[in-house]
Amino acid sequence: MYKGAQGMYSWVGRRVTGLGVVLFLLFHIADTALLLWGPDIYNKVVSFYQMPLFRLAEVGLIAAVIYHAVSGLHIIVLDLWDTSHSYQKQLMVLEYALFAVLFLPAAYFMLAPWLLGQGR
Amino acid sequence: MKEHLAARARATSNFELHSWLFMRVSGILIALLLLGHIAIMHIFHHVEDVNYEFAAARLANPFWRIYDLALLGLALAHGLTGVRIALDDYIRSRGWRVLLKTVLWLTGVLFLAVGAFVLFTFEPVAS
Repeated sequence: MYKGAQGMYSWVGRRVTGLGVVLFLLFHIADTALLLWGPDIYNKVVSFYQMPLFRLAEVGLIAAVIYHAVSGLHIIVLDLWDTSHSYQKQLMVLEYALFAVLFLPAAYFMLAPWLLGQGR
Repeated sequence: MKEHLAARARATSNFELHSWLFMRVSGILIALLLLGHIAIMHIFHHVEDVNYEFAAARLANPFWRIYDLALLGLALAHGLTGVRIALDDYIRSRGWRVLLKTVLWLTGVLFLAVGAFVLFTFEPVAS
């Protein structure tokens, strides 16, 4: 079995997060379609997203989307500029830094009002 | 290392090249659109805010209908192209490939039609 380095784990990560997000996308198109059935059904279904399990899953979804995006930008850089292959380590560090810069504040703003109970 | 040249000579279309390019271009566009979508729906608003009235107020503005339509089409095509590539990696039998790719295309057409129908026709009812 092929055992690559960081590049292979990035590929696995991109595939897993991509398949997860597309599965959510199909659910999300379906739940939005319930708008056509009126307020009662739509409100009942979207209220599920307020359950603690779904609130944690929401943070996981945002993490998956941001990881997939920064990892995708990384391979665009590798595709477009030959010389970028000489800076694989630096690019990987940059990718993780960008992930942290985008995800950590997003997670804070999603979780803080809920966990600190500021009446949101 | 001549396999890629043989494959190139056998190819009758540039479908995979266009697919590769589409994933890069759509990926960047989706990332930009999602910055707005996530900021509004998950940072400035939270799941408690999302209900029928909230959705109706947002869709009252044609800008958001077009925004959501672009996101719907791009994300669905990008995501299902990803699934197609994964199917090519793991499904080796010809019969299963035909079956699963048929299901994939039908899923894409169905969800695009449903999503676009909602965005084009939604009219809020008084609750």
